[in-house]
Amino acid sequence: MTSPFEYAPAPESRSVVDIAPSYGLFIDGEFTEAADGKVFKTVSPSTEEVLSEVAQASSEDVDRAVKAARRAFEKWSALPGAERAKYLFRIARIIQERSRELAVLETLDNGKPIKETRDADLPLVAAHFFYYAGWADKLDHAGYGPNPAPLGVAGQVIPWNFPLLMLAWKIAPALATGNTVVLKPAETTPLSALFFADICRQAGLPKGVVNILPGYGDAGAALTAHPDVNKVAFTGSTAVGKAIARQVAGTDKKVTLELGGKGANIVFDDAPIDQAVEGIVTGIFFNQGQVCCAGSRLLVQESIQDELLDSLKRRLSTLRLGDPLDKNTDIGAINSAEQLARITALAETGEAEGAERWSPACELPTSGYWFAPTLFTNVTQAHTIARDEIFGPVLSVLSFRTPDEAVAKANNTQYGLSAGIWTEKGSRILAVANKLRAGVVWANTFNKFDPTSPFGGYKESGFGREGGRHGLEAYLDV
Amino acid sequence: MSERLTVFKTYKLYVGGKFPRSESGRVYEVTDAKGRWLANAPLSSRKDARDAVVAARKAFGGWSGATAYNRGQVLYRIAEMLEGRREQFTREVADAEGLSKSKAAAVVDAAIDRWVWYAGWTDKIAQIVGGANPVAGPYLNLSTPEPTGVVAVVAPQESSFLGLVSVLAPVIATGNTAVVIASEKAPLPALSLGEVLATSDVPGGVVNILTGKAAEIAAPLAAHQDVNAIDLTGAGADLARDLEIAAADNLKRVLRPQPVDWSADPGTHRLTAFLETKTVWHPTGSLGASGSAY
Amino acid sequence: MSTAFADVTASDSTLRRFLHGLPGVDAVGLEARAASLGTRSIKTTAKAYAIDLAISMIDLTTLEGADTPGKVRALGAKAVNPDPTDRETPRTAAVCVYPDMVATAKEAVAGSGVKVASVATAFPAGRAAIEVKLGDVREAVAAGADEIDMVIDRGAFLSGDYMTVYEQIRAVKEACGTARLKVIFETGELSTYDNIKRASWIGMIAGADFIKTSTGKVGVNATPPNTLLMLEAVRDFRAQTGVQIGVKPAGGIRSTKDAVKFLVLVNETAGPDWLDNHWFRFGASSLLNDLLMQRQKLATGRYSGPDYVTVD
Repeated sequence: MTSPFEYAPAPESRSVVDIAPSYGLFIDGEFTEAADGKVFKTVSPSTEEVLSEVAQASSEDVDRAVKAARRAFEKWSALPGAERAKYLFRIARIIQERSRELAVLETLDNGKPIKETRDADLPLVAAHFFYYAGWADKLDHAGYGPNPAPLGVAGQVIPWNFPLLMLAWKIAPALATGNTVVLKPAETTPLSALFFADICRQAGLPKGVVNILPGYGDAGAALTAHPDVNKVAFTGSTAVGKAIARQVAGTDKKVTLELGGKGANIVFDDAPIDQAVEGIVTGIFFNQGQVCCAGSRLLVQESIQDELLDSLKRRLSTLRLGDPLDKNTDIGAINSAEQLARITALAETGEAEGAERWSPACELPTSGYWFAPTLFTNVTQAHTIARDEIFGPVLSVLSFRTPDEAVAKANNTQYGLSAGIWTEKGSRILAVANKLRAGVVWANTFNKFDPTSPFGGYKESGFGREGGRHGLEAYLDV
Repeated sequence: MSERLTVFKTYKLYVGGKFPRSESGRVYEVTDAKGRWLANAPLSSRKDARDAVVAARKAFGGWSGATAYNRGQVLYRIAEMLEGRREQFTREVADAEGLSKSKAAAVVDAAIDRWVWYAGWTDKIAQIVGGANPVAGPYLNLSTPEPTGVVAVVAPQESSFLGLVSVLAPVIATGNTAVVIASEKAPLPALSLGEVLATSDVPGGVVNILTGKAAEIAAPLAAHQDVNAIDLTGAGADLARDLEIAAADNLKRVLRPQPVDWSADPGTHRLTAFLETKTVWHPTGSLGASGSAY
Repeated sequence: MSTAFADVTASDSTLRRFLHGLPGVDAVGLEARAASLGTRSIKTTAKAYAIDLAISMIDLTTLEGADTPGKVRALGAKAVNPDPTDRETPRTAAVCVYPDMVATAKEAVAGSGVKVASVATAFPAGRAAIEVKLGDVREAVAAGADEIDMVIDRGAFLSGDYMTVYEQIRAVKEACGTARLKVIFETGELSTYDNIKRASWIGMIAGADFIKTSTGKVGVNATPPNTLLMLEAVRDFRAQTGVQIGVKPAGGIRSTKDAVKFLVLVNETAGPDWLDNHWFRFGASSLLNDLLMQRQKLATGRYSGPDYVTVD
């Protein structure tokens, strides 16, 4: 940028969070070493600095944790709903109180900008607990008949893109309905879940109700396979989701899966252009595009394509990439070297297949994992980058001529998680939304979340819904 | 050891977020169950009632326009602040209702939990009583509950605190604003509740608390053209009938008095009593001009 | 400009079709964008730059029925020398007064480079015959005004008579001669963002040098969203025509924090070319002292107080 108004660095203070050099597994209310003594390092993706060393759960630890959860289940599920509610309200309040600490922690461990953890992740986490707290004593009113019963022990496996928020989506409804949980955070982002264990302690939550097992995929698989787990909740890749679906076949386990996506963001010629540009940016660059419901395919009506792309490129040139702790950073680091390699490879495939690649002038830091915001034009349905989930800051631009064609292209994917519609015409919004095979459709906005609103996918984006009244069903024997 | 003389509290009304004395300048004597003097309470006049309605109307836009999440947080905050004053309310309820300390404490605990119960309802009631209607045509048809407006509440006479909270909380949970007439013979817990509300992020005017002769204050409220609903819980049968007749003039929503066990699960009927249902139709259209082909 | 948009302004109906054909504005999205830019954190060197820039962009304003020559002279002195303890402090861009105070103001700022702006066209209501409005403008210009801040006819706009609004701006522009023309929409009265966008385009097509939010005399004056919308309009207008037009939010901007937010809007919407008092102004009065106190804080490290800035 050539602006004389260069923003000076405005880093959020790291001193609000105190990360211990090592962490154990959280089982039955205590931090404990892994049975086989294994540990792994978690690094800050923006600097590759080692943040802490964390115990690595094995199947033996999974068994210990499931047993603890099973022991805690009887009392926890027998508590009056109003008492369970008050525990969850306590947790919600403590999260609000400690939100800056947790935001900084999440930014350090995940690489996403502090602006997002501070203004999106943490407020949503607290709100999610607050919302489900209120359900705990109102289950009779939820539409599932009188006295709906919990399932038992929930085995929950969450991804690295919204570590604490995904934890909230999993734990809040599970506890509200009277289940106990064993949760495995992702191996690249275990810290906020371990801090959550401390919040459970502050809230006085009974031992064993929440168990946290940092670890790798093998621990996740052991958890979802455990015979004494009654409920499996997974958010992550479609490939793993399918493996879980096979694994639970023939059991009584109830399953919800939140998987991949290739969301279409459809812009009609009568869209509010400046707001549509913002929505496209939010849709694909929020959290560096590492969002399952990202609007990773821009479908623009051909009659306004040039105008829209000019505006979009101009806007992308103002994005600020860099230190995630800087309050003015819009684009942070990619979560891991592995993910960066995947994004890089898919972008190269895009070029190789003939799509036109564009990025704004953008200097990348020398250490850490970074990928510049990227736009591909001249993309068709046949391109790999129009079909595969990239899970990075890469937007594929396709055009359409008519609303039917927009819908046909939007639906022409194995996924069905999200979609966006931009037009000032209300009836078109509803007509298009009716035809879209996607679990969440945003009109004249994108990437909006609320604890009262159900979220989940069609087709290979998974099944079941999280959030809202609907989210209770996944944890009730109904 | 010399006996320290205690400082008495001047009990005042709670109107528009402030603590005025009655415009009339009058008070009446409040005694405990054994007839011992406790305090002088304001004897509210018609003009106090009028001022309270003005305050409630002024607060309605902001409170009903606040997000349900925000209202839930505010109601939960009331519970937090009450928890900190648990001892005070236990004493006041024991005095007011002639209960033992432990029974009074149980009443106060139930009242605190009732705020928590309703705090959780603010963002759920619409999911229970609203929803999309599958009309036979190309329309989105959506019904949502909305608060009816300013609600006058004749609070229960016997249950001066748990009863009061049980009738007040559901009114404001859904976004209405309230003018409450406290229990006539046991008004002090209600006036102290005003002090809690004032420090609980409840915007001024959302709750207005009047004390005095229920019949005298309720009559102008029941007839008031800028009051949208009235809860007659604390009115006797004759008074309730008269008030319902007066309320018919602008077709106020009326909740009639009925026997209530305040310690029981309150259900949702007090929430829905003061809600309107708004139904919105919007065409869904078709994708193209070829319309019917789809 | 009249030639580039000759087709548009050919008739009532062509003008209406053009304005109603502009892309709509989604209010929620616009406000969210403005709020998001409002979270930028401007520190140290950037803050020092922004404070001085903001001071240099102020149209230091007094528009009271009670204005006297003494008040206007004091205002002029403040504009020329905002902080007597630090002569390095930038001067404000202009002083803004009623037409009958222009001569006094001109004298007060003589030789300083500070411009004299005058509201005219029956400010603030604008409810007068066009001859009266033009007379108002001519008197101000004759008295030496460098800039004229006119109000549009909101009644005509809201009744759909866009052509009257357009033609009155054209006429005022002509009456201005070499004085620069700021066109005030009174966004609080136009009420909707779509209206503000349409008014912006009428103003730009009609030859405004600046488009300005408000008079400061109604309930809602300059806000981040309405200013953001106008910045988008001047950005798009330049992209389309090559002609750059200034923006002036006025009314309600009282703190340094607010002013810096507006500069962030300018920087990230219209772009750095507008970071100059030739292209961006603040219509304000109390803002100046807050900027001066913040400036003193940056210089000394201590928070300043109202006793350390001049009251005028």
